[in-house]
Amino acid sequence: MLQPYATPLEKLWFYAFRLFCIGVLVFLILPLLVIVPLSFSADSFLMYPIHSFSLRWYEAFFTNSEWMDSLKNSMIVAPAATLLATVLGTVAAVGLTSADFPGKSFMMTVLISPMVVPVVIVGVGAYLFFAPLGLANSYLGLVMVHAALGVPFVVITVSATLRGFNPNLVRASASLGGNPVYTFFRVTLPLIAPGVISGGLFAFAASFDEVVVTLFLAGPEQTTLPRQMFAGIKENISPTIAAAATVLILFSIVLLLTLEWLRGRSEKMRTAASAA
Amino acid sequence: MTSSPLLQLDAISQRYARHSVVEQLSLSLQRGEIGCLLGSSGCGKTTVLRCIAGFEPLSGGRILIDGQLLADARLHTPAHKRQIGMVFQDYGLFPHLTVAGNVGFGLDALARDARAAQVARMLALVGLDGLAQRYPHELSGGQQQRVALARALAPQPRLLLLDEPFSNLDVSLRERLGQEVRDILKAAQATAILVTHDQHEAFAMADKVGVMEQGRIMQWDSPYNLYHQPANRMVADFIGQGVLLPGEVCADACIRIELGEACSLRPHGFAAGSRVEVLLRPDDVAHDDASPLRARVAARAFRGAEFLYTLALPSGQTVLSLAPSHHDHAIGEEIGVRLDAEHLVAFAI
Repeated sequence: MLQPYATPLEKLWFYAFRLFCIGVLVFLILPLLVIVPLSFSADSFLMYPIHSFSLRWYEAFFTNSEWMDSLKNSMIVAPAATLLATVLGTVAAVGLTSADFPGKSFMMTVLISPMVVPVVIVGVGAYLFFAPLGLANSYLGLVMVHAALGVPFVVITVSATLRGFNPNLVRASASLGGNPVYTFFRVTLPLIAPGVISGGLFAFAASFDEVVVTLFLAGPEQTTLPRQMFAGIKENISPTIAAAATVLILFSIVLLLTLEWLRGRSEKMRTAASAA
Repeated sequence: MTSSPLLQLDAISQRYARHSVVEQLSLSLQRGEIGCLLGSSGCGKTTVLRCIAGFEPLSGGRILIDGQLLADARLHTPAHKRQIGMVFQDYGLFPHLTVAGNVGFGLDALARDARAAQVARMLALVGLDGLAQRYPHELSGGQQQRVALARALAPQPRLLLLDEPFSNLDVSLRERLGQEVRDILKAAQATAILVTHDQHEAFAMADKVGVMEQGRIMQWDSPYNLYHQPANRMVADFIGQGVLLPGEVCADACIRIELGEACSLRPHGFAAGSRVEVLLRPDDVAHDDASPLRARVAARAFRGAEFLYTLALPSGQTVLSLAPSHHDHAIGEEIGVRLDAEHLVAFAI
């Protein structure tokens, strides 16, 4: 808020600061937005200026079997990887925060490492390891590596949520006869659900836009949407890519709004819990 | 009553690494009794509670309930199999469940109707009917406390544990709720152990109180006996106010102190002629203008219904005396005092 008694320097800072913030936001969003109008272009090239508008590239996207197959693959691999990552990551986070044992921080580091190690190395490593096992060129192999890439997100968000979790609630449940499994599903999980769900969304996003590991590990049968886009750019710069990208952006916005809604809900629950 | 105790702690010990938190602690509690562990913070009283609840393993000793072994150095019955309820210092209410959901949490084994009936009965018992659909954060501290109590009592536990149940409430509420909780526990015929650092709370609520110090129980007794017949100087010092006055044991087992001959003594077993100290509570020293023994008012504290006088005896020794508030004397004034005590207790010097 600009105060009426602000000095000229303070006024300058007030406006400069806001301008800077807008600049940062534009810098982040503009590269995404540039692609959207192109998807509605009637021209055959991914280029500005746009001469006329049409939905022909959307038609091409939704009728081409290669694109549809890749979309289908993404819709198989990403949810499966998300499910696996969310379950394993949540269990790991609960275990790592509730108990104290030697090697705990080492274990945490190992779990987080897929996020730190360059993805190319993960891809090469996964290929060399999975190929002899017959897991290369298979959905299972791809799902497993994508899940490993998603686990760090789940572990981090769930651990963060558990830090604000009152351990007396678990004891209270036990004193009322609730065994550990019952306690987890009736008490712990409902209260850390916002963290689990946002971790799951991050894991989903990590798998959904993953190219590198897919390049190494997936056969033609398992081509995912990003992999298909990548191929599309290499071979022919068809504006179908713009249409696919716009669909993905829309999808991401829905994901982010869900995330924001969940965060708001968890915030409300947390303030309620801390006031209690 | 000679029935076997409901709860028996048999020389239990609890150690973290080298540090001993609870040392060879024993106590027993009859069915329907309310016990209390009283001590300053860090004396190990909460650890005892957590051992009974099953949140901490024992390093030694045994815990028996109804004659059944719950825990020893090797056996550790998990908390959820002990049927022991607990009210936590921070209440530990489930924030995502309504009051009814909280109270009904331990009643999963019951059918829906029976469960609803039991929840209603418990809420009526703690005087919270009508709030069943509220969430914990919508309640005041005192109401949350009662929900926690109702939740712990609902599955009819064999024993109820209360960890500093009133420490988060303001003082005026504390006293009222203390009496209320005692009435509720007695109405539910519950056996309970309470942990507190507040002796007024302990006296108001408990049938038996144990004074704890450094992981040991100094004395496990009724509040009356703790006050009037402390087992040792530490208990005498911790409970209530009072002074130790030197005296000498006479031939007839009375003890001569500066205030006169004290004959209404607890059996003490000291030989005639030995030097001892007698514990004098403020209510053992009465103000009586007819008494030849004079004392000078050294300090006074007005408490509404009464004055607490600090009186200097001719020898310079001070004693405490309670007097009705209309006995208004200024500091420096000489007043008459007289020993007015039953069952005084003496300690060796």
